[in-house]
Amino acid sequence: MQYALEISHLEKVYKGGFHALKGIDLKVEQGDFFALLGPNGAGKSTAIGIITSLVNKTKGQVKVFGHDIDKELEQAKTYLGLVPQEFNFNQFESLLTILINQAGYYGVNRKIALERAEKQLKQLELWDKRNDSARMLSGGMKRRLMIARALMHNPQVLILDEPTAGVDIELRRAMWDFLRELNQQGITIILTTHYLEEAEMLCRNIAIIDNGRIVENTNMKSLLATLDVETIILDVKADGPNAQLKEFVVREIDSHTLEVDIRKDQTLNQVFGQLTEQGIEVLSMRNKSNRLEELFVRLVNKGSRADANAETVGAT
Amino acid sequence: MQSAVNRIALKSILHKEVHRFTRIWVQTLVPPAITISLYFVIFGSLIGSRIGDMGGIDYMSFIVPGLIMMSVITNSYSNVASSFFSAKWQRNVEEMLVAPVPNWVIVAGYVGGGMIRGMLVGLIVTVVSLLFVDLQIHNIWVIIATVCLTSAVFALGGLINAIFANSFDDISIIPTFILTPLTYLGGVFYSISLLPEFWQGVSQANPIVYMVNAFRYGFLGISDVSLTTAFLVLLTFIIVLYTIAMTLISKGIGLRS
Repeated sequence: MQYALEISHLEKVYKGGFHALKGIDLKVEQGDFFALLGPNGAGKSTAIGIITSLVNKTKGQVKVFGHDIDKELEQAKTYLGLVPQEFNFNQFESLLTILINQAGYYGVNRKIALERAEKQLKQLELWDKRNDSARMLSGGMKRRLMIARALMHNPQVLILDEPTAGVDIELRRAMWDFLRELNQQGITIILTTHYLEEAEMLCRNIAIIDNGRIVENTNMKSLLATLDVETIILDVKADGPNAQLKEFVVREIDSHTLEVDIRKDQTLNQVFGQLTEQGIEVLSMRNKSNRLEELFVRLVNKGSRADANAETVGAT
Repeated sequence: MQSAVNRIALKSILHKEVHRFTRIWVQTLVPPAITISLYFVIFGSLIGSRIGDMGGIDYMSFIVPGLIMMSVITNSYSNVASSFFSAKWQRNVEEMLVAPVPNWVIVAGYVGGGMIRGMLVGLIVTVVSLLFVDLQIHNIWVIIATVCLTSAVFALGGLINAIFANSFDDISIIPTFILTPLTYLGGVFYSISLLPEFWQGVSQANPIVYMVNAFRYGFLGISDVSLTTAFLVLLTFIIVLYTIAMTLISKGIGLRS
Protein backbone atom coordinates (compact mmCIF):
# COMPACT_ATOMS: atom_id res chain seq x y z
CA MET A 1 0.00 0.00 0.00
CA GLN A 2 1.16 3.51 -0.80
CA TYR A 3 1.28 5.49 2.43
CA ALA A 4 0.89 9.24 2.35
CA LEU A 5 3.24 9.46 5.30
CA GLU A 6 5.60 6.95 6.91
CA ILE A 7 7.61 7.86 9.96
CA SER A 8 10.04 5.46 11.59
CA HIS A 9 12.16 5.79 14.73
CA LEU A 10 11.90 9.57 14.58
CA GLU A 11 13.83 11.36 17.28
CA LYS A 12 14.48 14.99 18.04
CA VAL A 13 16.77 16.38 20.68
CA TYR A 14 16.85 20.19 20.79
CA LYS A 15 20.06 22.12 21.43
CA GLY A 16 19.37 22.55 25.14
CA GLY A 17 19.05 18.76 25.47
CA PHE A 18 15.23 18.60 25.48
CA HIS A 19 14.23 15.22 24.03
CA ALA A 20 11.06 16.23 22.17
CA LEU A 21 10.55 13.02 20.19
CA LYS A 22 11.76 9.67 21.53
CA GLY A 23 11.52 7.42 18.50
CA ILE A 24 8.04 7.63 17.04
CA ASP A 25 6.65 5.35 14.34
CA LEU A 26 3.59 6.33 12.37
CA LYS A 27 1.87 5.47 9.12
CA VAL A 28 -0.87 7.51 7.50
CA GLU A 29 -2.77 5.94 4.65
CA GLN A 30 -3.49 7.82 1.45
CA GLY A 31 -6.90 9.54 1.68
CA ASP A 32 -7.03 9.25 5.46
CA PHE A 33 -8.37 11.87 7.87
CA PHE A 34 -5.84 11.44 10.65
CA ALA A 35 -5.73 13.01 14.10
CA LEU A 36 -2.47 13.56 15.93
CA LEU A 37 -3.39 14.42 19.49
CA GLY A 38 -1.42 15.14 22.59
CA PRO A 39 -1.10 17.59 25.47
CA ASN A 40 0.92 20.80 25.12
CA GLY A 41 4.61 20.06 24.66
CA ALA A 42 3.99 16.41 23.75
CA GLY A 43 5.90 16.69 20.46
CA LYS A 44 3.10 17.20 17.90
CA SER A 45 4.43 20.45 16.45
CA THR A 46 7.99 19.09 16.44
CA ALA A 47 6.82 16.07 14.43
CA ILE A 48 4.98 18.35 11.99
CA GLY A 49 8.01 20.63 11.80
CA ILE A 50 10.24 17.70 10.83
CA ILE A 51 7.78 16.39 8.22
CA THR A 52 7.61 19.84 6.61
CA SER A 53 11.37 20.43 7.00
CA LEU A 54 11.03 23.38 9.36
CA VAL A 55 12.79 21.41 12.10
CA ASN A 56 15.95 19.33 11.65
CA LYS A 57 15.51 15.77 12.90
CA THR A 58 18.09 14.05 15.09
CA LYS A 59 17.40 10.47 13.94
CA GLY A 60 14.90 8.42 12.01
CA GLN A 61 13.23 8.43 8.65
CA VAL A 62 10.30 10.33 7.13
CA LYS A 63 8.76 9.40 3.78
CA VAL A 64 6.06 11.35 1.98
CA PHE A 65 4.38 9.28 -0.72
CA GLY A 66 7.48 7.07 -0.70
CA HIS A 67 9.92 9.99 -1.03
CA ASP A 68 12.49 10.05 1.74
CA ILE A 69 13.01 13.62 2.99
CA ASP A 70 16.75 12.92 3.34
CA LYS A 71 17.14 11.91 -0.29
CA GLU A 72 14.26 13.49 -2.22
CA LEU A 73 13.29 16.48 -0.11
CA GLU A 74 12.06 18.63 -2.97
CA GLN A 75 9.78 15.88 -4.37
CA ALA A 76 8.46 15.15 -0.86
CA LYS A 77 7.68 18.85 -0.33
CA THR A 78 5.51 19.06 -3.46
CA TYR A 79 2.96 16.69 -1.84
CA LEU A 80 2.63 18.66 1.38
CA GLY A 81 0.51 21.66 2.30
CA LEU A 82 0.98 23.13 5.76
CA VAL A 83 -1.36 25.22 7.89
CA PRO A 84 0.81 26.08 10.90
CA GLN A 85 -0.38 26.91 14.37
CA GLU A 86 0.83 30.51 14.33
CA PHE A 87 0.19 33.11 11.66
CA ASN A 88 3.29 33.12 9.47
CA PHE A 89 2.45 35.28 6.47
CA ASN A 90 3.68 38.77 5.70
CA GLN A 91 1.15 40.93 7.54
CA PHE A 92 1.77 43.86 5.19
CA GLU A 93 1.02 42.05 1.94
CA SER A 94 -2.41 41.71 0.36
CA LEU A 95 -4.16 38.34 0.39
CA LEU A 96 -3.76 37.95 -3.37
CA THR A 97 -0.04 38.70 -3.23
CA ILE A 98 0.49 36.18 -0.42
CA LEU A 99 -1.32 33.44 -2.35
CA ILE A 100 0.30 34.16 -5.72
CA ASN A 101 3.80 34.27 -4.21
CA GLN A 102 3.21 30.99 -2.39
CA ALA A 103 2.05 29.31 -5.60
CA GLY A 104 5.15 30.69 -7.33
CA TYR A 105 7.43 28.95 -4.81
CA TYR A 106 5.90 25.67 -6.03
CA GLY A 107 6.44 26.59 -9.68
CA VAL A 108 2.82 27.58 -10.41
CA ASN A 109 2.79 30.41 -12.94
CA ARG A 110 1.06 33.70 -12.22
CA LYS A 111 -1.95 33.12 -14.51
CA ILE A 112 -2.85 29.77 -12.97
CA ALA A 113 -2.05 31.10 -9.51
CA LEU A 114 -4.54 33.94 -10.01
CA GLU A 115 -7.28 31.48 -11.00
CA ARG A 116 -6.55 29.25 -8.02
CA ALA A 117 -6.38 32.20 -5.64
CA GLU A 118 -9.80 33.36 -6.81
CA LYS A 119 -11.24 29.86 -6.33
CA GLN A 120 -9.77 29.41 -2.84
CA LEU A 121 -10.64 32.90 -1.64
CA LYS A 122 -14.22 32.53 -2.85
CA GLN A 123 -14.58 29.10 -1.24
CA LEU A 124 -13.24 30.43 2.04
CA GLU A 125 -15.31 33.63 1.80
CA LEU A 126 -12.33 35.96 1.62
CA TRP A 127 -12.67 37.18 -1.96
CA ASP A 128 -13.96 40.61 -0.89
CA LYS A 129 -10.79 41.09 1.14
CA ARG A 130 -8.39 40.03 -1.63
CA ASN A 131 -6.69 43.43 -1.93
CA ASP A 132 -6.64 44.17 1.81
CA SER A 133 -3.49 43.94 3.83
CA ALA A 134 -3.42 40.65 5.78
CA ARG A 135 -3.01 42.46 9.10
CA MET A 136 -6.52 43.92 8.68
CA LEU A 137 -8.14 40.47 8.86
CA SER A 138 -9.82 39.01 11.92
CA GLY A 139 -8.32 35.91 13.60
CA GLY A 140 -10.76 33.57 11.86
CA MET A 141 -10.04 35.15 8.48
CA LYS A 142 -6.31 34.77 9.02
CA ARG A 143 -6.79 31.06 9.75
CA ARG A 144 -8.78 30.71 6.50
CA LEU A 145 -6.11 32.60 4.61
CA MET A 146 -3.52 30.08 5.80
CA ILE A 147 -5.72 27.22 4.58
CA ALA A 148 -6.12 28.91 1.18
CA ARG A 149 -2.36 29.44 1.00
CA ALA A 150 -1.66 25.78 1.80
CA LEU A 151 -3.95 24.68 -1.04
CA MET A 152 -2.44 26.86 -3.77
CA HIS A 153 -0.23 24.08 -5.17
CA ASN A 154 -2.92 21.37 -4.95
CA PRO A 155 -1.18 19.29 -2.26
CA GLN A 156 -1.94 15.60 -1.75
CA VAL A 157 -1.46 15.87 2.02
CA LEU A 158 -2.77 18.77 4.06
CA ILE A 159 -1.30 19.14 7.55
CA LEU A 160 -3.22 21.39 9.90
CA ASP A 161 -1.72 22.30 13.26
CA GLU A 162 -4.55 23.51 15.52
CA PRO A 163 -6.51 25.05 12.61
CA THR A 164 -9.55 26.03 14.65
CA ALA A 165 -7.78 27.49 17.69
CA GLY A 166 -9.53 30.70 18.69
CA VAL A 167 -12.19 30.34 16.02
CA ASP A 168 -15.86 30.77 16.97
CA ILE A 169 -18.12 27.72 16.83
CA GLU A 170 -20.01 28.78 13.69
CA LEU A 171 -16.81 29.28 11.73
CA ARG A 172 -15.31 26.11 13.20
CA ARG A 173 -18.23 24.08 11.88
CA ALA A 174 -17.89 25.72 8.45
CA MET A 175 -14.20 24.80 8.47
CA TRP A 176 -15.05 21.20 9.40
CA ASP A 177 -17.36 21.00 6.39
CA PHE A 178 -14.64 22.45 4.16
CA LEU A 179 -12.06 19.95 5.43
CA ARG A 180 -14.48 17.03 4.98
CA GLU A 181 -15.06 18.16 1.41
CA LEU A 182 -11.30 18.27 0.75
CA ASN A 183 -10.90 14.80 2.20
CA GLN A 184 -13.72 13.50 0.00
CA GLN A 185 -11.81 14.89 -2.99
CA GLY A 186 -8.95 12.53 -2.03
CA ILE A 187 -6.68 14.84 -0.03
CA THR A 188 -5.09 13.14 2.97
CA ILE A 189 -5.61 15.30 6.04
CA ILE A 190 -3.49 15.22 9.17
CA LEU A 191 -4.89 17.29 11.99
CA THR A 192 -3.70 18.27 15.42
CA THR A 193 -6.26 19.84 17.67
CA HIS A 194 -7.10 20.55 21.28
CA TYR A 195 -10.80 20.16 20.53
CA LEU A 196 -11.25 16.43 20.95
CA GLU A 197 -14.83 16.69 19.72
CA GLU A 198 -13.32 17.94 16.46
CA ALA A 199 -11.03 14.91 16.15
CA GLU A 200 -13.87 12.53 17.03
CA MET A 201 -16.19 14.05 14.44
CA LEU A 202 -13.71 14.34 11.59
CA CYS A 203 -11.00 11.72 11.86
CA ARG A 204 -10.96 8.04 10.97
CA ASN A 205 -7.58 7.21 12.49
CA ILE A 206 -5.78 8.63 15.45
CA ALA A 207 -2.41 8.71 17.18
CA ILE A 208 -1.96 10.08 20.66
CA ILE A 209 1.47 11.40 21.43
CA ASP A 210 2.65 12.12 24.93
CA ASN A 211 6.06 13.08 26.20
CA GLY A 212 7.63 12.36 22.81
CA ARG A 213 6.15 8.86 22.43
CA ILE A 214 3.12 7.47 20.63
CA VAL A 215 0.91 6.06 23.37
CA GLU A 216 -1.96 5.00 21.08
CA ASN A 217 -2.28 4.56 17.32
CA THR A 218 -5.49 3.03 16.05
CA ASN A 219 -8.75 3.84 14.29
CA MET A 220 -11.25 6.06 16.01
CA LYS A 221 -13.98 3.40 16.29
CA SER A 222 -11.67 0.85 17.93
CA LEU A 223 -10.39 3.47 20.32
CA LEU A 224 -13.83 4.60 21.36
CA ALA A 225 -14.87 0.95 21.78
CA THR A 226 -12.24 0.58 24.51
CA LEU A 227 -14.15 3.01 26.68
CA ASP A 228 -15.73 0.66 29.25
CA VAL A 229 -17.83 3.16 31.20
CA GLU A 230 -19.69 6.19 29.90
CA THR A 231 -21.37 8.75 32.10
CA ILE A 232 -24.61 10.30 30.93
CA ILE A 233 -26.55 13.17 32.41
CA LEU A 234 -30.35 12.98 32.45
CA ASP A 235 -32.60 16.00 32.94
CA VAL A 236 -35.80 14.69 34.52
CA LYS A 237 -39.23 16.19 35.04
CA ALA A 238 -40.14 15.20 38.59
CA ASP A 239 -38.97 17.05 41.69
CA GLY A 240 -36.89 14.91 44.04
CA PRO A 241 -37.12 11.75 41.93
CA ASN A 242 -35.07 9.61 44.33
CA ALA A 243 -34.37 7.25 41.45
CA GLN A 244 -33.18 3.73 42.22
CA LEU A 245 -31.51 1.96 39.29
CA LYS A 246 -30.53 -1.66 39.84
CA GLU A 247 -26.95 -2.50 38.71
CA PHE A 248 -26.25 1.14 37.77
CA VAL A 249 -24.28 3.75 39.66
CA VAL A 250 -26.55 6.81 39.97
CA ARG A 251 -25.78 10.20 41.44
CA GLU A 252 -28.47 12.79 42.01
CA ILE A 253 -26.89 16.11 41.09
CA ASP A 254 -30.01 18.16 41.97
CA SER A 255 -33.75 17.62 42.07
CA HIS A 256 -33.95 17.62 38.25
CA THR A 257 -30.61 16.05 37.25
CA LEU A 258 -29.25 12.53 37.45
CA GLU A 259 -25.80 11.27 36.52
CA VAL A 260 -25.64 7.60 35.51
CA ASP A 261 -22.56 5.44 34.79
CA ILE A 262 -23.24 2.88 32.04
CA ARG A 263 -20.85 -0.03 31.48
CA LYS A 264 -20.25 -1.49 28.01
CA ASP A 265 -22.42 -4.53 28.82
CA GLN A 266 -25.35 -2.35 29.85
CA THR A 267 -27.87 -0.52 27.66
CA LEU A 268 -29.71 2.77 27.77
CA ASN A 269 -32.99 0.83 27.39
CA GLN A 270 -32.39 -0.70 30.83
CA VAL A 271 -32.00 2.78 32.32
CA PHE A 272 -35.12 4.15 30.63
CA GLY A 273 -37.10 0.99 31.48
CA GLN A 274 -36.36 1.30 35.19
CA LEU A 275 -37.03 5.06 35.24
CA THR A 276 -40.37 4.58 33.46
CA GLU A 277 -41.36 1.94 36.03
CA GLN A 278 -40.68 4.53 38.76
CA GLY A 279 -42.73 7.16 36.89
CA ILE A 280 -39.75 9.36 36.19
CA GLU A 281 -39.91 11.13 32.82
CA VAL A 282 -36.64 12.03 31.05
CA LEU A 283 -36.62 15.44 29.31
CA SER A 284 -33.16 15.31 27.80
CA MET A 285 -29.92 13.38 27.88
CA ARG A 286 -26.27 14.20 27.18
CA ASN A 287 -22.80 12.78 27.69
CA LYS A 288 -21.01 14.14 30.74
CA SER A 289 -17.83 14.60 28.71
CA ASN A 290 -16.68 13.88 25.21
CA ARG A 291 -15.87 10.15 24.89
CA LEU A 292 -12.55 10.75 23.25
CA GLU A 293 -11.68 13.25 25.97
CA GLU A 294 -12.10 10.58 28.65
CA LEU A 295 -9.85 8.17 26.74
CA PHE A 296 -7.32 10.90 26.01
CA VAL A 297 -6.96 11.84 29.67
CA ARG A 298 -6.67 8.18 30.62
CA LEU A 299 -4.02 7.38 28.00
CA VAL A 300 -1.98 10.48 28.68
CA ASN A 301 -2.05 9.85 32.46
CA LYS A 302 -1.00 6.23 31.85
CA GLY A 303 1.87 7.41 29.65
CA SER A 304 3.04 9.92 32.26
CA ARG A 305 2.95 7.25 34.99
CA ALA A 306 4.97 4.86 32.82
CA ASP A 307 7.57 7.56 32.23
CA ALA A 308 7.74 8.39 35.93
CA ASN A 309 8.25 4.68 36.75
CA ALA A 310 10.94 4.34 34.09
CA GLU A 311 12.75 7.36 35.56
CA THR A 312 12.50 5.88 39.06
CA VAL A 313 13.91 2.53 37.88
CA GLY A 314 16.64 4.35 35.97
CA ALA A 315 17.56 6.34 39.06
CA THR A 316 18.13 3.31 41.30
CA MET B 1 10.79 20.50 -15.56
CA GLN B 2 12.62 21.32 -12.31
CA SER B 3 14.38 24.22 -14.04
CA ALA B 4 10.99 25.71 -15.01
CA VAL B 5 9.81 25.37 -11.40
CA ASN B 6 13.00 27.01 -10.14
CA ARG B 7 12.65 29.83 -12.68
CA ILE B 8 9.11 30.61 -11.51
CA ALA B 9 10.18 30.39 -7.85
CA LEU B 10 13.09 32.76 -8.48
CA LYS B 11 10.81 35.17 -10.33
CA SER B 12 8.36 35.06 -7.40
CA ILE B 13 11.04 35.92 -4.84
CA LEU B 14 12.40 38.71 -7.04
CA HIS B 15 8.90 40.06 -7.63
CA LYS B 16 8.19 39.97 -3.90
CA GLU B 17 11.44 41.77 -3.11
CA VAL B 18 10.99 44.51 -5.71
CA HIS B 19 7.35 44.93 -4.69
CA ARG B 20 8.45 45.33 -1.06
CA PHE B 21 10.89 48.19 -1.60
CA THR B 22 8.81 49.96 -4.23
CA ARG B 23 5.71 49.81 -1.99
CA ILE B 24 7.63 51.75 0.68
CA TRP B 25 9.50 53.96 -1.83
CA VAL B 26 9.38 56.96 0.49
CA GLN B 27 11.53 55.02 2.95
CA THR B 28 13.73 53.23 0.43
CA LEU B 29 14.24 55.36 -2.67
CA VAL B 30 13.79 58.99 -1.59
CA PRO B 31 16.20 59.22 1.39
CA PRO B 32 19.33 58.27 -0.63
CA ALA B 33 18.51 60.99 -3.18
CA ILE B 34 18.17 63.59 -0.39
CA THR B 35 21.31 62.43 1.44
CA ILE B 36 23.40 62.45 -1.70
CA SER B 37 22.10 65.90 -2.67
CA LEU B 38 23.31 67.15 0.71
CA TYR B 39 26.72 65.57 0.12
CA PHE B 40 26.92 67.32 -3.26
CA VAL B 41 25.93 70.67 -1.76
CA ILE B 42 28.23 70.47 1.27
CA PHE B 43 31.25 68.51 0.05
CA GLY B 44 30.97 69.46 -3.58
CA SER B 45 29.82 73.05 -3.81
CA LEU B 46 30.67 74.57 -0.41
CA ILE B 47 33.84 72.76 0.70
CA GLY B 48 34.84 71.32 -2.67
CA SER B 49 35.34 74.74 -4.24
CA ARG B 50 38.06 75.46 -1.62
CA ILE B 51 39.74 72.06 -2.09
CA GLY B 52 40.48 72.47 -5.77
CA ASP B 53 41.49 69.51 -7.94
CA MET B 54 41.94 65.89 -6.87
CA GLY B 55 44.21 63.89 -9.17
CA GLY B 56 43.76 66.50 -11.87
CA ILE B 57 39.95 66.31 -11.66
CA ASP B 58 37.77 68.96 -10.04
CA TYR B 59 36.65 67.81 -6.59
CA MET B 60 32.93 67.66 -7.35
CA SER B 61 33.49 65.33 -10.34
CA PHE B 62 35.97 63.28 -8.29
CA ILE B 63 33.53 62.44 -5.49
CA VAL B 64 30.51 61.63 -7.72
CA PRO B 65 31.47 57.98 -8.48
CA GLY B 66 32.26 57.34 -4.81
CA LEU B 67 28.97 58.83 -3.67
CA ILE B 68 27.03 56.74 -6.18
CA MET B 69 28.90 53.64 -5.04
CA MET B 70 28.23 54.50 -1.40
CA SER B 71 24.48 54.49 -2.11
CA VAL B 72 24.71 51.21 -4.01
CA ILE B 73 26.61 49.55 -1.13
CA THR B 74 24.30 50.80 1.63
CA ASN B 75 21.08 50.00 -0.20
CA SER B 76 22.07 46.55 -1.47
CA TYR B 77 23.10 45.60 2.03
CA SER B 78 20.20 47.07 3.97
CA ASN B 79 17.57 45.80 1.55
CA VAL B 80 18.49 42.15 2.01
CA ALA B 81 19.32 42.50 5.71
CA SER B 82 15.98 44.07 6.59
CA SER B 83 13.85 42.06 4.17
CA PHE B 84 15.26 38.66 5.11
CA PHE B 85 15.27 39.45 8.82
CA SER B 86 11.64 40.66 8.62
CA ALA B 87 10.74 37.39 6.88
CA LYS B 88 12.43 35.51 9.71
CA TRP B 89 10.81 37.67 12.37
CA GLN B 90 7.30 37.39 10.90
CA ARG B 91 8.10 33.74 10.12
CA ASN B 92 6.95 34.11 6.51
CA VAL B 93 10.37 32.78 5.50
CA GLU B 94 8.69 29.42 6.29
CA GLU B 95 6.60 29.89 3.14
CA MET B 96 9.80 29.29 1.17
CA LEU B 97 11.29 26.70 3.50
CA VAL B 98 8.29 24.35 3.22
CA ALA B 99 8.17 24.75 -0.57
CA PRO B 100 10.44 22.86 -2.99
CA VAL B 101 12.62 25.94 -3.50
CA PRO B 102 16.32 25.01 -3.70
CA ASN B 103 18.57 26.99 -1.37
CA TRP B 104 20.43 28.60 -4.26
CA VAL B 105 17.12 30.03 -5.53
CA ILE B 106 16.41 31.60 -2.12
CA VAL B 107 19.92 33.13 -2.07
CA ALA B 108 19.66 34.28 -5.70
CA GLY B 109 16.18 35.76 -5.14
CA TYR B 110 17.12 37.83 -2.10
CA VAL B 111 20.52 38.85 -3.48
CA GLY B 112 18.89 39.74 -6.81
CA GLY B 113 16.33 41.90 -4.97
CA GLY B 114 19.12 43.69 -3.09
CA MET B 115 21.07 44.24 -6.30
CA ILE B 116 18.03 45.70 -8.06
CA ARG B 117 17.43 48.15 -5.21
CA GLY B 118 21.14 49.05 -5.02
CA MET B 119 21.34 49.70 -8.75
CA LEU B 120 18.04 51.58 -8.87
CA VAL B 121 19.19 53.87 -6.06
CA GLY B 122 22.54 54.21 -7.86
CA LEU B 123 20.67 55.33 -10.95
CA ILE B 124 18.58 57.85 -8.97
CA VAL B 125 21.72 59.26 -7.35
CA THR B 126 23.41 59.48 -10.77
CA VAL B 127 20.46 61.46 -12.11
CA VAL B 128 20.61 63.77 -9.05
CA SER B 129 24.35 64.26 -9.60
CA LEU B 130 23.62 65.57 -13.11
CA LEU B 131 22.12 68.63 -11.41
CA PHE B 132 25.56 69.43 -9.98
CA VAL B 133 28.15 68.15 -12.47
CA ASP B 134 28.55 67.17 -16.11
CA LEU B 135 29.22 63.46 -15.83
CA GLN B 136 31.71 61.99 -18.24
CA ILE B 137 31.84 58.29 -19.00
CA HIS B 138 35.22 56.71 -19.67
CA ASN B 139 34.16 53.03 -19.93
CA ILE B 140 30.49 52.05 -19.52
CA TRP B 141 31.28 48.31 -19.22
CA VAL B 142 33.55 48.87 -16.26
CA ILE B 143 30.80 50.95 -14.65
CA ILE B 144 28.17 48.23 -15.22
CA ALA B 145 30.43 45.35 -14.15
CA THR B 146 31.59 47.16 -10.99
CA VAL B 147 28.12 48.18 -9.89
CA CYS B 148 26.73 44.66 -10.50
CA LEU B 149 29.53 42.88 -8.64
CA THR B 150 29.61 45.38 -5.76
CA SER B 151 25.88 45.22 -5.20
CA ALA B 152 26.11 41.40 -5.25
CA VAL B 153 28.87 41.44 -2.61
CA PHE B 154 26.90 43.64 -0.25
CA ALA B 155 23.57 41.93 -0.86
CA LEU B 156 25.26 38.65 0.12
CA GLY B 157 26.73 40.38 3.19
CA GLY B 158 23.26 41.65 4.15
CA LEU B 159 21.82 38.15 3.78
CA ILE B 160 24.47 36.62 6.06
CA ASN B 161 23.89 39.39 8.60
CA ALA B 162 20.12 38.68 8.54
CA ILE B 163 20.64 34.93 8.94
CA PHE B 164 22.62 35.47 12.15
CA ALA B 165 20.47 38.35 13.45
CA ASN B 166 18.13 37.74 16.36
CA SER B 167 16.79 41.27 16.68
CA PHE B 168 16.41 44.41 14.59
CA ASP B 169 19.41 45.84 16.47
CA ASP B 170 21.57 43.05 15.08
CA ILE B 171 20.96 44.19 11.50
CA SER B 172 22.10 47.74 12.24
CA ILE B 173 25.33 46.84 14.06
CA ILE B 174 27.33 45.83 10.96
CA PRO B 175 26.27 48.86 8.84
CA THR B 176 26.98 51.26 11.71
CA PHE B 177 30.25 49.88 13.03
CA ILE B 178 31.81 48.27 9.97
CA LEU B 179 30.20 49.32 6.71
CA THR B 180 30.03 53.08 7.29
CA PRO B 181 33.65 53.45 8.53
CA LEU B 182 34.95 51.27 5.68
CA THR B 183 32.98 53.34 3.15
CA TYR B 184 34.20 56.68 4.49
CA LEU B 185 37.77 55.34 4.56
CA GLY B 186 37.33 53.74 1.13
CA GLY B 187 38.49 56.66 -0.95
CA VAL B 188 35.07 58.17 -1.64
CA PHE B 189 36.18 61.69 -0.67
CA TYR B 190 39.90 61.48 -1.32
CA SER B 191 42.54 59.71 -3.36
CA ILE B 192 44.43 57.21 -1.23
CA SER B 193 47.62 58.45 -2.90
CA LEU B 194 47.29 61.50 -0.62
CA LEU B 195 47.75 59.30 2.46
CA PRO B 196 51.12 58.55 4.11
CA GLU B 197 52.62 55.29 2.85
CA PHE B 198 51.62 53.31 5.96
CA TRP B 199 47.95 54.32 5.66
CA GLN B 200 48.01 53.60 1.93
CA GLY B 201 49.00 50.02 2.85
CA VAL B 202 46.25 49.83 5.44
CA SER B 203 43.73 51.18 2.92
CA GLN B 204 44.56 48.34 0.56
CA ALA B 205 43.04 45.95 3.07
CA ASN B 206 39.73 47.80 2.68
CA PRO B 207 37.72 46.09 -0.09
CA ILE B 208 35.64 49.23 -0.66
CA VAL B 209 38.77 51.02 -1.93
CA TYR B 210 38.83 48.61 -4.88
CA MET B 211 35.13 49.00 -5.64
CA VAL B 212 35.16 52.80 -5.48
CA ASN B 213 38.30 53.04 -7.58
CA ALA B 214 37.13 50.61 -10.25
CA PHE B 215 33.87 52.54 -10.46
CA ARG B 216 35.72 55.87 -10.61
CA TYR B 217 37.85 54.47 -13.42
CA GLY B 218 34.66 53.76 -15.39
CA PHE B 219 33.69 57.45 -15.16
CA LEU B 220 36.96 59.36 -15.04
CA GLY B 221 39.60 56.92 -16.28
CA ILE B 222 41.65 57.30 -13.08
CA SER B 223 42.15 54.78 -10.28
CA ASP B 224 44.42 54.29 -7.25
CA VAL B 225 44.41 50.51 -7.76
CA SER B 226 44.73 48.15 -10.70
CA LEU B 227 41.45 47.24 -12.37
CA THR B 228 42.38 43.54 -12.50
CA THR B 229 43.05 43.47 -8.76
CA ALA B 230 39.74 45.26 -8.13
CA PHE B 231 37.75 42.68 -10.10
CA LEU B 232 39.64 39.80 -8.52
CA VAL B 233 38.83 41.18 -5.06
CA LEU B 234 35.15 41.52 -6.02
CA LEU B 235 34.92 38.00 -7.44
CA THR B 236 36.72 36.50 -4.45
CA PHE B 237 34.30 38.19 -2.07
CA ILE B 238 31.31 36.96 -4.07
CA ILE B 239 32.54 33.34 -4.07
CA VAL B 240 33.39 33.36 -0.36
CA LEU B 241 30.18 35.09 0.77
CA TYR B 242 27.98 32.95 -1.49
CA THR B 243 29.57 29.77 -0.09
CA ILE B 244 28.98 31.01 3.47
CA ALA B 245 25.36 31.98 2.73
CA MET B 246 24.62 28.61 1.09
CA THR B 247 26.19 26.68 3.95
CA LEU B 248 24.21 28.62 6.54
CA ILE B 249 20.89 28.14 4.73
CA SER B 250 21.56 24.45 4.03
CA LYS B 251 22.29 23.84 7.70
CA GLY B 252 19.25 25.89 8.65
CA ILE B 253 21.28 28.21 10.89
CA GLY B 254 18.88 30.79 12.33
CA LEU B 255 16.06 29.27 10.28
CA ARG B 256 15.41 25.72 11.46
CA SER B 257 15.53 24.51 15.05
